[in-house]
Amino acid sequence: MPDVRTHEPDEHDNAYSGLLVNDAHWAFGTDFEDPLAGVDTTVPDGVDPATLATYCLMLGDDALVLSQRLAEWCSNAPDLEEDIALSNIALDLLGQARLLLARAAAADGSQVPALPDGSPVPDEDRLAFFRDGVQFRNVRLAEVPNGDFAQTIARILLFSSWRLALFEELSHSRDAVLAAVAAKGVKELTYHRDFAGRWFLTLARGTDESRRRLLAGLDALWPYWAELFETHEVERATALAGVGVDPAGIAADVDAVVEQVLAVSGVDRPAVPPLAGVQGSKGDKGSTGSKGRDGRHTEAHSRMIAEMQVVARAHPRGQW
Amino acid sequence: MTAALRRGPAFDRGQVLGQDPVLGQDPMFDQEPAPGRDSMLERARQAASAVVDPELPMLTLVDLGVLRDVRIDDDGVVTAAITPTYSGCPAMATMRDDLLRELQAAGFADARVRVVLEPAWTTDWITPAGRAALAAAGISPPGPAPRRSGPVLLQLVPPRRAVRCPQCGSDDVVVGSEFGSTACKALYRCRSCLEPFDHVKEI
Repeated sequence: MPDVRTHEPDEHDNAYSGLLVNDAHWAFGTDFEDPLAGVDTTVPDGVDPATLATYCLMLGDDALVLSQRLAEWCSNAPDLEEDIALSNIALDLLGQARLLLARAAAADGSQVPALPDGSPVPDEDRLAFFRDGVQFRNVRLAEVPNGDFAQTIARILLFSSWRLALFEELSHSRDAVLAAVAAKGVKELTYHRDFAGRWFLTLARGTDESRRRLLAGLDALWPYWAELFETHEVERATALAGVGVDPAGIAADVDAVVEQVLAVSGVDRPAVPPLAGVQGSKGDKGSTGSKGRDGRHTEAHSRMIAEMQVVARAHPRGQW
Repeated sequence: MTAALRRGPAFDRGQVLGQDPVLGQDPMFDQEPAPGRDSMLERARQAASAVVDPELPMLTLVDLGVLRDVRIDDDGVVTAAITPTYSGCPAMATMRDDLLRELQAAGFADARVRVVLEPAWTTDWITPAGRAALAAAGISPPGPAPRRSGPVLLQLVPPRRAVRCPQCGSDDVVVGSEFGSTACKALYRCRSCLEPFDHVKEI
């Protein structure tokens, strides 16, 4: 246990009181030194630790990257309520990412970037801030630029519908940590999906301009939609081992939810083909090419990651 | 459980069960003290029970249902267990620090705080005392958490809650946003007294 701050009993009345006492921790982290402190992180029997860790990175990176995108709305949303809502959703996803990256590190420490001795950076932050873009395993839907508010709503609807169904399955994982993270995430994602579904309907049935923007946003995102249901070999292996979920298996349920929103909104499915992966590259899976789960991303991903990481990478020992 | 532990109504599980069956699932504080250690355990629980939530300081961590357990581990060390309200709850570090400070002040220099993730926190764990404290502070307490069997259903209309304005008591209220000043609150507005207020949303 680190040194403990010794505040006065009225510390919560003073915004500055906690800043001056024994606060020597890494400048960019969230301060709780281990989000899984005391949690049993034993890898279940018959599960390859490296595969489990990579799977946790996939689900963690989905949340981390979309959280970073949604955080870009902070102070920029159309009104205060939506600003706060988007930031709250970003915070939920960041929390899920933190637990999942910490679980990845606990399963297989060899995937955590090495830093100089004495570095105060905790494992999950090393994974978030010190991996290169090609080491991120997120689906590309999470990384594309926000577009306008309507496109952001469309993305949250698609992403949360998919992730909610996935987490409902994952809450039965043989890995107790994944099961617990998923069960908690279901409650949060339920609010995210309802929020996006209501706004989708509002924008679709609103003005000509709101509808035009929504349809354009949905068209822009649709090429990334099919990728969410393609089974990566890591997902297949973890599903077979009873710790992960094969995304192909939830496609019908997710489709039914999205169809429900589209139907009530009077919106047709976009006639836009899926975006192909990168052909002929390392890790090529054949005709569809390498995609987000393989670490192959869009150009926007690298710029977003660079902005997210640049300060932390410049000060790997930064303390305050 | 002894009378000395009852810092507030939160500890009287019999009373809680009698009042509202929804609140009867609390696994908290179930360790029976070993002979000779009961006063030590009591002292630790009293100390931990004094800690308040950093964002809702009118509630103790017990009132909020976040403090899940205080026990003496096999190695003789006092260990408190807390669970996050939401995955991204930024108050976890402060809760841990506050718990350690109180436990150390009570003489448990090597006390530990661990995280429990399962079962996930639910607003049903907010005690009757906690609900009363929320209402007294102008925050509308949560109704029963949703129960489901089977897939989570999509809700395209805002939930109809039996919410009353904590300022004037009117039930003529309208939800402004399902996401409020913290992750756990929705933002409402009263159409009678025109005041905005927070509602702790059910999870």
